[in-house]
Amino acid sequence: MPSLPNAATPDVARLAERAAAAQSHDPHVADVALKPAFFDWLCRMGDNSLILGHRISEWCGHGPVLEEDIALANTALDLIGHTQMWLGLAAEVEDAGRSADELAFLRDAMKFRNLKLVELPNGDMAVTLMREFLFDAFHFELLTALTKSSSPRVAEIAAKALKEVSYHLERSSDLVVRLGDGTEESHNRMQAALNKVWGYTGEMFAADAVDEAVAEAGIAPALADLLPLWQRTVGEVLDEATLSQPEQRFDAQTGGKQGRHTEHLGYIVAEMQFLQRAYPGASW
Amino acid sequence: MTKKEWPLWEIFIRGQHGLNHRHVGSLHAPDAEMAIKNARDVYTRRKEGVSIWVVPSSAITASAPSEKGPLFDPAESKVYRHPTFFDIPDEVGHM
Repeated sequence: MPSLPNAATPDVARLAERAAAAQSHDPHVADVALKPAFFDWLCRMGDNSLILGHRISEWCGHGPVLEEDIALANTALDLIGHTQMWLGLAAEVEDAGRSADELAFLRDAMKFRNLKLVELPNGDMAVTLMREFLFDAFHFELLTALTKSSSPRVAEIAAKALKEVSYHLERSSDLVVRLGDGTEESHNRMQAALNKVWGYTGEMFAADAVDEAVAEAGIAPALADLLPLWQRTVGEVLDEATLSQPEQRFDAQTGGKQGRHTEHLGYIVAEMQFLQRAYPGASW
Repeated sequence: MTKKEWPLWEIFIRGQHGLNHRHVGSLHAPDAEMAIKNARDVYTRRKEGVSIWVVPSSAITASAPSEKGPLFDPAESKVYRHPTFFDIPDEVGHM
């Protein structure tokens, strides 16, 4: 029998705390001047993986074939695992007595700092895969750069996440090529998906004061430096997939990182947070 | 209406170096490369393996259940065919 997704590791919070206690010393964590930007940036990292992970988890039990269903559930769990690390560090940096769980389950939608791209509805498999691929290609370059972060804690999380994200990218780019260069229907669906989400991709590279502050501190790369790398990967994969890059602007939709979201995020947050709101402090 | 199904693949996983690949089950995939990816997601998510083999199920020839008697019964009650009379030295390790 294939093993089912193991979503219920009961002591995961305790394991995360113990792992955090064993982390190496990081001067950035206690840097008061940097704190607001560092905290915000960590929330962006954590919220991107949380919201995308939640979106992908919506496929669980609904995948087109069993194999794809399990693969998507695995990806979702990888991303939720990254969230635990990013929001765990965010909570530590904030130093206000909030835990990673409280950041995930008790923040209102407008306090979320994820990209608009990741909160878009799943649509069909084409939209889900195309969105994942476009994000994976960015995620991979970002994490690769973060392994050289001046913050050892950030570098450690990035190194851990990068292994999983390398596989995400391999898998999603492979599927984009197969479906793009597949049947007439799969090609048309993939092209429609690309056209639909394209305008949301520019936000990944739109740096604001928060991005500049963490780049200045050497914690994160300048987002503009990642753009040519992303464009190369995306260009190659789309070419192979016989898909054409839309002519429309890729940065038409921004604001998610600053908390200005689409109407879709509220619904995700409502579903995700229902249990903790209705039964405060409920645990496994 | 005939629905096009992906072909079936038999999956073999090597649990650790030095051991044999073992049959763990089967799955559907459009080709060998995807079969390996799917096997990774379906069968190695708890770190069960270091290597994966995939074989098209159609490439396997199986013995017929109806020939069970002639094939296997003659081996019954022939204890002398079991190499249990040898002591294997510890340094040989796993055999």
